[in-house]
Order: sequence, then structure tokens, then C-alpha cells
Amino acid sequence: MTSYAWILLVAYLAILFLIAWPMSLWLAAVADGRLPRWLRPITRLEAGVYRLARVDPAAGMSWKTYALALLAFNTLGVVVVYALQRWQVWMPLNPQSMAAVSPDSAFNTAVSFVTNTNWQGYAGEASMSYLTQMLALAVQNFLSAATGIAVAFALIRGFAARSAAVIGNFWVDVTRITSYVLLPLSLVFAVFLVSQGAIQNFSAYQDVATVEPVTYQQPKLGTDGQPVKDAQGDVVMEDVTRNAQTIAMGPVASQEAIKMLGTNGGGYFNANSAFPYENPTPLSNFVQMLSIFLIPAGLVFAFGRMVGDQRQGVAVLAAMTVLFVAAVLVVTLEEQAGNPVFAPLGVDQTASEVQPGGNMEGKEARFGIAATTLFAAITTAASCGAVNGMHDSFTALGGAVPLVLIQLGEVVFGGVGAGLYGMLIFAILAVFIAGLMIGRTPEYLGKKIESFEMKMTSIAILVSPILVLAGTAIAVLTDAGRAGVANPGAHGFSEILYALSSAANNNGSAFAGLSANTPFYNTLLAVAMWFGRFGVIVPVLAIAGSLAAKKRLTPGAGTLPTHGPLFVLLLIGTVVLVGLLNYVPALALGPVVEHLMSWSGR
Amino acid sequence: MNAIIRPMFVCFVALSVLTGIAYPLAVTGIARVTFPWQAGGSLIRQGDTVVGSALIGQNFSEPRYFWGRPSATGPFPYNAAASGGSNQGPLNPALAAAVKARIESLEAADPANTQPVPVDLVTASGSGVDPDISLAGARYQASRVARLRGLKPEQVNALIDGLAEGRTFGFLGEPRVNVLKLNLALDGMTG
Repeated sequence: MTSYAWILLVAYLAILFLIAWPMSLWLAAVADGRLPRWLRPITRLEAGVYRLARVDPAAGMSWKTYALALLAFNTLGVVVVYALQRWQVWMPLNPQSMAAVSPDSAFNTAVSFVTNTNWQGYAGEASMSYLTQMLALAVQNFLSAATGIAVAFALIRGFAARSAAVIGNFWVDVTRITSYVLLPLSLVFAVFLVSQGAIQNFSAYQDVATVEPVTYQQPKLGTDGQPVKDAQGDVVMEDVTRNAQTIAMGPVASQEAIKMLGTNGGGYFNANSAFPYENPTPLSNFVQMLSIFLIPAGLVFAFGRMVGDQRQGVAVLAAMTVLFVAAVLVVTLEEQAGNPVFAPLGVDQTASEVQPGGNMEGKEARFGIAATTLFAAITTAASCGAVNGMHDSFTALGGAVPLVLIQLGEVVFGGVGAGLYGMLIFAILAVFIAGLMIGRTPEYLGKKIESFEMKMTSIAILVSPILVLAGTAIAVLTDAGRAGVANPGAHGFSEILYALSSAANNNGSAFAGLSANTPFYNTLLAVAMWFGRFGVIVPVLAIAGSLAAKKRLTPGAGTLPTHGPLFVLLLIGTVVLVGLLNYVPALALGPVVEHLMSWSGR
Repeated sequence: MNAIIRPMFVCFVALSVLTGIAYPLAVTGIARVTFPWQAGGSLIRQGDTVVGSALIGQNFSEPRYFWGRPSATGPFPYNAAASGGSNQGPLNPALAAAVKARIESLEAADPANTQPVPVDLVTASGSGVDPDISLAGARYQASRVARLRGLKPEQVNALIDGLAEGRTFGFLGEPRVNVLKLNLALDGMTG
């Protein structure tokens, strides 16, 4: 690793923890409904919404009602996002006359944005109208993020409560999180992004006169508009010369801000945060990386505060940070080492004061290696899925790092809300394993962990590996699945494994060579995304409800302390062990084989 | 059931209007007042014509211009309305073949140049419209551009240094130079 890569990592973590602390104070205040007096004009508006909705904001919900409300709200989201894509051709703000999105793609995208996955089978600037981007996709960036945070709030309340029947009010949670956390942060962040060069307008795509014309080949079209074929049945190509470049426009910055803050990751443009209008400068890139982890890290501190013991939050954060730093080191070392295939061709891959060196395929010159690999680790540790370089072109082990981070279940910081509740599920499993070893009923934060909690924990932990492995098996066994593969050999298998891992764990990044905009993948991945999201959320809410009803015990001499280094190690061990046991055979067929091949000169 | 259906619709509509209409319009309004040039795409004008964007690269293949990063967009390179990378895996034979071909065209345009080729000049960018190349990538091409334009190599190197951007705050990003700005400046020099 270059010294710049070290400085970048240290500066990143230092600033992150510095800003996550005030974030946690505000998150805890919003969770408890302790809103300051100067927000009075806005809280009046909020109260008006509840009156119209006939919701009593002071009334809590049982976990079942909470789950039902959450599922209903998200289902409505799928219907609306689907409809807006299908009808965009008749709607306003469509200067490029984008056609209706196909039914399978629209369905996939609707599920994808509602589940906070933001997997993208489509290319944004070539398929979505401005209205679809802002009113369908960006709205779900807010609402899916708010849903995740709401679930984390509910679970924390479950731990903090004493013999309570309710875990909060979903409508109040989702409204307050959106209005008081996500919206103000996004507004400031969006304006900052514009200052760096992100665009924000409603103009039609701009044609600019290029300095040099470009000549390329395209299929010759007959008078009927169909490609002309020669006697052999091959398509006839013709030379075309263009003197202009068409540059995509749109309301990008507003969507970009919440895309990062909400760990959504669905890019306005196909190239996502690699595209200069989304992520124009090294500074915008640094702030984007901070914005991905801001709320997940803030929530961990807020958790400690809300359960009345800051050390509990710090322990969880320590486990996350250790796993994260290990991942950053591996991916940065591997990418900086470069591609062994290029060396004999006379390519200079050495880092210096005048070039980044390393494996630059799929990376941007302004970011180089370190700012791309750090971004890749962050975006896959959190379930963000935004990319500023193409993971598909990473080296074998470099590309394995994002894949493994996703497969660990998105608990290393993780998605907003989802990372914390996912990690707390692992914490429950860790105290359970420790309890088995010493022969005591396990407890966490003073709550006895009993058979109902363990059943729900098992479901929450096993649902995504089952979806990933079964889905990958289906895809490699069918012609429709294999047809999407872009790269030959082991790498092609990795593309499929990555797609299913990304979908079932709600990440959304891709080994993007895979042609996934087909009815087969659109359906398979939508199923994986839906159950990967709500197949975890419902058991987590069940645990929240069950824990809330219990008494809080005071720790005794036999209680395993859950704030020391021993517990941090136990938690890391549990996460890694469960992840590895599930995925080692599959990883051996993909990145491991590829790595062995790349250094054997074959 | 009504206890769920009614708040579901009311909350959804209220939050959609807030985040899907009011918010993007507010950002647009603020951006138009505070950073109008950036919000419009950082477009570079010469007289009345827009000749490009400071943030979006263009395709250059004539030897008298600096060449940018290879671009994998279709159906033509530097398509700024269909972005993306090659997504070729590290062992894909097509990637090695493409890199080899790019090295050959760089060497064919400047046979006297025996320096090793900087990696960013022969690998496709992530966006397909990368506006920059590394300083090494620019200096590698300086002798060729100077020869074909009848300039001294020092003049071209001075131009590169003048337009070069360093690391922000000394540690963020990579030293680089904007290819379009470089070529527009070259055309300005030789008139």
C-alpha cells in the first residue's frame, strides 16, 4: 500500500467517528421523539399528517402490527414504482422521450429500490425519465432507508424496554426519520455535490461540438427500419461519423445525495459514482464515502446510548471496524499489485508521484487505486452498492473482497438500520454460543435469550445464504442463467455468485458484465431481493417484540460481559465463521480458482 | 384493516410529495442560484458554441492530440449518454488483446518512444468518459505531440504542468490532467 492509501484510510476513519457521534445524538433524539422546540412549525405539519391519517403518534404498535404496517407500506412502494416506470412515456419531465420500461425490468427495479438493494438491470440515462428518477426511484431511496432505520429503532426499543407490549409506531418512525434525518442531510449534501460539479437541472440532453469527429460502425438500416442482411445472413455494417457528443442531463445531485446517505446505491447513470456528473472530484468522492457510513456508524453509537450503556455500542463498532480494516487492506494491496497479465506487455503499473499504477481497468484517473478500493470496501461493507470503479474488472482476490463483505450479511457497518439489526442478530448468536459453552441461559443487555429468539435468529441468519446458494445453483444449471455471463471461465461463475449475493443481501453492486436485464434474472433476483429483505426484517421485529415483553435483569457474576475485547473477538468469530461455512465451497469455484490461474501464468 | 390502509396512503403521498417533488425542486433552485455553471454540466464554450464539458472526456485518436483513457462505451467511445466500463475480468483474453492493441497504436504513432506505457493509457475507465489521464500518461505523449505540432517538448511539458491538478489537501485523489482542456490549449497555441 502507498503512504497515500494509509493516510486516506486513517483520515477516513478518524473523521467518520468524529461526525458519527453528533449524528448518534440526533438519531437517538428522533427515535425517542425528543424534538427541539425550534422545530415547532414543522412538527405542526407532521401532526397534521397524522390527523389526516388518523394515527395517534403516542400509541405504540405490537410487533405484528408494526410488521404488517411496514409490509403494506413497502408493497405500495413496489406498485407505485412499477406503475411510474410503465407509464413514464405519458408523463411529464421526459425530454428524451424514454419508452415504457419492460414489465420484467420494471418489476425488478421496483423491488430493488423498495428493498434498499438498488440493483440495476437497466442503464439509468438510457431508460428512465426525469420524473421516474425523482418521483419513483429517489423517493424509495428515502423510504427504504427510513424503513431500515425504523426496524433498527424497534429492535433497540426491544432491548431497552422493560416488560412492554409495544415497539414503537411505524408511521411515526418512517415519517420522522425521513423528515428530520434523511431530508435535511440530503439537502446540504446535494448542494455540496453541485458545488463540486454534480449536475442538477431539467434540461434536455446537451449536444456539444467535439474537437475531433468519431467514426464508428453500426448496422445499416433498410427503408423498413430493420437491419439489412447480406447473402450469408450477416448484418451489413456501415461507417458513421459524428461531430457531436450527446451528454446526459437531469436532476442528479438531489438523487445522488440520498443514494449515498440511505446506503441505496442506485446510480442516476449506468456508471454510477464513476460517472463525473455523479462524483466529480476526489473531494466529492471522500465525502461520498463518509456519507455511506455516517448513519450506520451513528446508529451504533445511538444504540449504546438508548440501551443505557455506551460501551455496548463501542464494542459492536470495534468488531465492525476490525473486519472493515482487514477488508480494505486486502483489496488495496491486490489492486495496487496490478494485473500480472499486463506485465509482459510492457505496461508500467508502478505507483509513483505521477501515476496511480496498479490495476486501472475500470477505474477513474482522478481516483486511482486507493480511493477506488476504499470506496469498494465501504460500499459492500455497508449495503450501499454504489461503485466508483467496476468491480468486475478487479483482480481475482481484489474482487473477492467486496463479494465476501456482502456475503458476511452486510453487518460490517451495513445498510442504514439493516447493518445494526443484522449485527445485533449476530451478537445474539454469539452470546448463545458462549452460553452453550459455559452451560448458562444466555442473556444480552439483560434480556434472556430463549428458544423463540433463537428460532427467529436462525431464520434471519440463514435466509440469505439459502437464497444466494440456491439461486446461484438455479442460474448455473439453466441456459437462461448461463447466457448472461460475460467473462469466460471461473470469472463467469463469480459474476453469477456476485449477482445473487448482492441481491439477497440487498447490496446492489454487481460484477456488471453479467447481462441481467432478462426476464430470467429480473425475476430470480427480484425474488432474492424481496425475501432477503423482509425475510430478515420480520424475524427481527419478532425478536424485538419478544424482548420488549421481558424484564431487564441486572448482570450477575455469571453474566458474560458484552462490552470487552473478549466479546468483540467472539462477535467477529461468529460473523466470519457463519459467513465462511456458508460460502467457502462457492468461493473456491470462483475467485480462488481465478487467483491461482492468474499467478500460474495461465 | 382500515387502521393500516389509511395511514399507508396518507404517509406515502405526503412523503412522496416532500422527497420526490419539493426536495429535488429545492435543490435545483438553490443550485441555480449558487452554482449555475456546475449545475448545468460545467460546459466549456468558445463563442456561442459549446465545445464540451470540463467533466466529460472526448474521444481523441489523431496523433497531434493527447489521447485520453480508452473508453468501452457503445456503439462509439466516450458516449456520454450510455456510460460504463468494459467489465472484462482480469484474465479475460479479450482484455489482454485490447491492451496489446492499444500499446501497438501508441507505439505506431511514436516509434521513437521507448518508455514503458503508463497503465492508465491502455486500460478502459470505469465511466467510459473519464476526463483525465495521469501526469505520467500525459508526459509519455508529450514528445509525440510536440513533434507533430512543431513545438519544443519543453513547451508541451510546460502546458501539461500548467493544467495539472494535484492531490486535494495533499492526499485525496491522484495527480492528473484534463485531456480536453489540454487539447483545446494546444489548438489555441498553434492557432
